[in-house]
Amino acid sequence: MTENEDVTEIRRAVRALCEEFPGEYWRAKDRARDYPAEFVDALTKAGFLAALIPEEFGGSGLKLDAAAVIMEEIQASGCNGGAAHAQMYIMNTLLRYGSDAQKAEYLPRIASGELRLQAFGVSEPASGTDTLSLRTVAVRDGDDYIVNGQKIWTSRAEHSDLMLLLARTTPPEEAASKTEGLSIFLVDMREARDAGGMSIKPIRTMMNHSTTEVFFDAMRIPASSLIGEEGKGFRYILSGMNAERILIAAECVGDAKWFIEKAAAYAKDRTVFARPIGQNQGVQFPIARCYAQMRAAELMVHHAAAAYDQGGNAGEEANMAKLLASEASWAAADMCVQTFGGFGFAEEYDVERKFREARLYTVAPISTNLILSYLAEHVLGLPRSY
Amino acid sequence: MKILVPVKRVIDYNVKPRVKADGSGVDLANVKMSMNPFDEIAVEEAIRIKEAGKADEIIAVSVGPAKAQETLRTALAMGADRAILVETDDTVEPLAVAKILKAIADEEQPGLIMLGKQAIDDDSNQTGQMLAALMGRPQGTFANTVEIDGGSVIVKREIDGGLETVKLTMPAIVTTDLRLNEPRYASLPNIMKAKKKQLDVKSPADFGVDTAPRLTTTNVSEPPVRQAGEKVADVDAMVAKLKALGIA
Ligand SMILES: Cc1cc2nc3c(=O)[nH]c(=O)nc-3n(C[C@H](O)[C@H](O)[C@H](O)COP(=O)(O)OP(=O)(O)OC[C@H]3O[C@@H](n4cnc5c(N)ncnc54)[C@H](O)[C@@H]3O)c2cc1C
Ligand SMILES: Cc1cc2nc3c(=O)[nH]c(=O)nc-3n(C[C@H](O)[C@H](O)[C@H](O)COP(=O)(O)OP(=O)(O)OC[C@H]3O[C@@H](n4cnc5c(N)ncnc54)[C@H](O)[C@@H]3O)c2cc1C
Repeated sequence: MTENEDVTEIRRAVRALCEEFPGEYWRAKDRARDYPAEFVDALTKAGFLAALIPEEFGGSGLKLDAAAVIMEEIQASGCNGGAAHAQMYIMNTLLRYGSDAQKAEYLPRIASGELRLQAFGVSEPASGTDTLSLRTVAVRDGDDYIVNGQKIWTSRAEHSDLMLLLARTTPPEEAASKTEGLSIFLVDMREARDAGGMSIKPIRTMMNHSTTEVFFDAMRIPASSLIGEEGKGFRYILSGMNAERILIAAECVGDAKWFIEKAAAYAKDRTVFARPIGQNQGVQFPIARCYAQMRAAELMVHHAAAAYDQGGNAGEEANMAKLLASEASWAAADMCVQTFGGFGFAEEYDVERKFREARLYTVAPISTNLILSYLAEHVLGLPRSY
Repeated sequence: MKILVPVKRVIDYNVKPRVKADGSGVDLANVKMSMNPFDEIAVEEAIRIKEAGKADEIIAVSVGPAKAQETLRTALAMGADRAILVETDDTVEPLAVAKILKAIADEEQPGLIMLGKQAIDDDSNQTGQMLAALMGRPQGTFANTVEIDGGSVIVKREIDGGLETVKLTMPAIVTTDLRLNEPRYASLPNIMKAKKKQLDVKSPADFGVDTAPRLTTTNVSEPPVRQAGEKVADVDAMVAKLKALGIA
């Protein structure tokens, strides 16, 4: 596969930026569960988080395939794009379904870094994977909506100015169909917090991910924050989720590359029994297998990004890319720890930190089982299982 | 004022080079290539001079294979204004590069030519000096700081034991040392803009330069593997050891 020159240049520039954020930086952040604000600022200033924003709004107008390369390269450099990736994937919902007025108001300020669009409020404590059963409600009141309810796992909420919020606007029993009645809002979090309608509570997790619970208590938002038509939010979000899955898959490919490179370098260097451990097939075969698995996933990710960029429904490709890439990165993570032996557990090698970080992606943003049931039902025509 | 910045495509500094089995050179197949780090410093310095309002245009030049266009695009993405590739697949020795650069300088009339002090592949450390001699212009090599002062350039040079300051009348040749600056990384909008910048492709013949090598490489080999050292008990034992080795 030969990549075009732009992509090569983008990879090189992302690498160069990431070199300024070495392992020590991430270890310190991880220990303190501290948001990597400097890294996110650097990415923003260099324009990478505005890759998908059209040029007329101050971005670079690139396609998802280029955005995927940026996320992949961040992970392959040992950094953690999880601190900033939402800006890339939320963007697509705003780009595809936002009104001209919404785009003109927000996109230039997001591109310049003045506004951060990093929070995506979908998951709720009681609905989990079953998004359609979410309970947060938005009720029209004159020129406003009033929102009540709760989100969970809303990552980066404390480090974002805007939130893309999915809430129910028509009760399920009154909705035209099962998938109607949900709506998407672009919420100005600063106003909502100042007015007391929104509060945020951090959740400590096994890795540094700045995830939170968000509570809405009669939060009043202007009706102009509705994206697209009322009641069509689920359809909009599905398309945005395909972009998200492809970008997360690209991050997983980057992680897998990091683990494989680390493991191969270590296996060449580490000598026990008077020879490099990588001379033993018991050590080299798992590395080789992970490499093959990563390459296959990488091809699927590019294929999915191309399908998405052509328009239309890339659901099948996006889901398969996410499935294969998250499994490839997790396999590589486990292999890397095994190759490093005891040293894989020591903080200073970064392997244990990346291992913890990589574990997320077979669960979130969509868990493997749900991808398999999608493929079974929607691609292979098997009966719906749930 | 124009600044001419020659940039070379070399094996990436992170790559551990491998010598070809027949000893004819270093194996470059499927090896990551990048801009020579000293040239990156030269590009950065030129951009800073331009940003300070003391230069109008930065022209990046590379002598090398078609792939060296990538290296030029990197220079353009950092902030150079246009680029010239003098395309050849042959090995070009420092003297031939210097002759080509002189021909380009004759056309472009830059006030400053900023080169890396050496390329990390062959470590020749000759091109800048040869170019200065061919052009009959002053040179400030191993630059630690560069300051434009009217029609002159003041260069603090890194020399054994300290810094030497020289003042050169422009047009002048400067070669960069490691501590001159920290090169920037390209921003995404600048990468996109770089696509639209002019990149001319020429050949050595366009400048009437014969690039046929004048040196023959007889053999390239891996550096010898470092032998394990030996611990000595005290100073006396060390002196005795050094004497035994014939060093002291
Ligand atoms: C660190 C982190 C960050 C997150 N960030 C965000 C965010 O920013 N925004 C956001 O909205 N959400 C976020 N999430 C939430 C994430 O999307 C959910 O955790 C994920 O969708 C799974 O939902 P759940 O945790 O409720 O699991 P459940 O839905 O309770 O599922 C639990 C298990 O049961 C399985 N399962 C459930 N139903 C079926 C079925 N029908 N068939 C087979 N298996 C089934 C699942 O595969 C899973 O293994 C984040 C989560 C984490 C951990
Ligand atoms: C949390 C923790 C607690 C520990 N506690 C103790 C303790 O209390 N006391 C103590 O003495 N030690 C302790 N250890 C050390 C532990 O026993 C070693 O880490 C373990 O024996 C592996 O050695 P190593 O880490 O040097 O790996 P290495 O020997 O470097 O091995 C690295 C990898 O290469 C593989 N490998 C090596 N040689 C071959 C071969 N010939 N063929 C195939 N594969 C090969 C290994 O299986 C492994 O996957 C601890 C380690 C940890 C992480």
